[in-house]
Amino acid sequence: MAEFTLPKNSKVRQGKKYPARAGAKDVRTFRIYRWNPDDAENPRVDEYEVDMAACGPMVLDALIKIKNEIDSTLTFRRSCREGICGSCAMNIDGTNTLACTRAVGDCAAGDVKIYPLPHMPVVKDLVPDMTHFYAQHASIKPWIRTQSAPPPDSERLQSVEDRKKLDGLYECILCACCSTACPSYWWNGDKGEGNDFLGPAILLQAYRWIADSRDEDTGARLDELEDPFKLYRCHTIMNCTNACPKGLNPAKAIGEIKKLMVERKGA
Amino acid sequence: MTQTARPLSPHLQIYRWRVNMLQSTLHRLSGLFLCLGGLLLAWGLIAAASSAQAWSTFATFCGSPIGLVLFIAWSWALLFHLCNGIQHLFRDAGMGYDVPLRDHAKTPSYFATGWLVIAISVALTVVVWVCYFLRANGGAA
Repeated sequence: MAEFTLPKNSKVRQGKKYPARAGAKDVRTFRIYRWNPDDAENPRVDEYEVDMAACGPMVLDALIKIKNEIDSTLTFRRSCREGICGSCAMNIDGTNTLACTRAVGDCAAGDVKIYPLPHMPVVKDLVPDMTHFYAQHASIKPWIRTQSAPPPDSERLQSVEDRKKLDGLYECILCACCSTACPSYWWNGDKGEGNDFLGPAILLQAYRWIADSRDEDTGARLDELEDPFKLYRCHTIMNCTNACPKGLNPAKAIGEIKKLMVERKGA
Repeated sequence: MTQTARPLSPHLQIYRWRVNMLQSTLHRLSGLFLCLGGLLLAWGLIAAASSAQAWSTFATFCGSPIGLVLFIAWSWALLFHLCNGIQHLFRDAGMGYDVPLRDHAKTPSYFATGWLVIAISVALTVVVWVCYFLRANGGAA
């Protein structure tokens, strides 16, 4: 049964306020989820007032400014600052996205609310524990699987048309925005004993190999997904597609897998 | 170092609701509500098989304001479940997912189809009940 409320140790309380310095011109308030593993307290939401006149345009710019100038204990992952590493995935303004490609100006009016990716164990502040997500990715064996001998004097080639089938799939950066946006993944993603819903990101990755003309294990891949939980807990809620910061369509990829399941039964 | 159990990050509490999430929730709730309607149907059948007295109790309940509200709610639940189910059929056929690599400044097409499903189900419910009341009044006159 789905657990709609937060466990006792996860309930969020009101935290501290950090007002802007005197003379700030364009103040925007950021309400940010905080949790420190080093004390026994519940998570809290701290409020930081940031002078946007002296800050870059992206939410990540504001986070870095807060860490540099206001509160150095604020903890978050970030690396490339250009939407290709997927490190700064978090829930901003109610939707999962990358802090580096999300402009503060595009957030709804009022305070900018920032939380870690939803329904994940929190390591600290905005850093979720991704261990289970990565284990699920490994479970689909995300590499080329072949039976035939490789060509002796060349790599395995692919036609331009076949390569085109991977567009919209290969761009996935595994930031987990889609999976942690999916209510079905919240309720079924971590049931244990192999009864997990794999979630949109991992299923899109699975389809990326199913759709690859060079991969020779399509049947086995479909066999592995033919399961009430792994694949069919997708109810096309569409939160995944709506969240994807790369503009991909995980819901459609899952739909394609479901179609292949039906087609091979009919054959 | 205090090692405390990791908290679970907020989910339903903080996620921004869009029509697609509303649709999915309503699909579940209307399905559950239709199951309850099945109980009413069972009551009616049992009453009809028992006695005239039992049937008239059932008929009085159905004709009461509470009964009417429940019937309107059940008819909408049925029609919404039907309309949303048709959208599910389209999705199962690989349609209605919008295009990949969409422009994030644009509203995706599945928001429009979501509202369309809800609007059609409400419109059909209105049609059903307008027809019912017209017939009922016509019968009385």
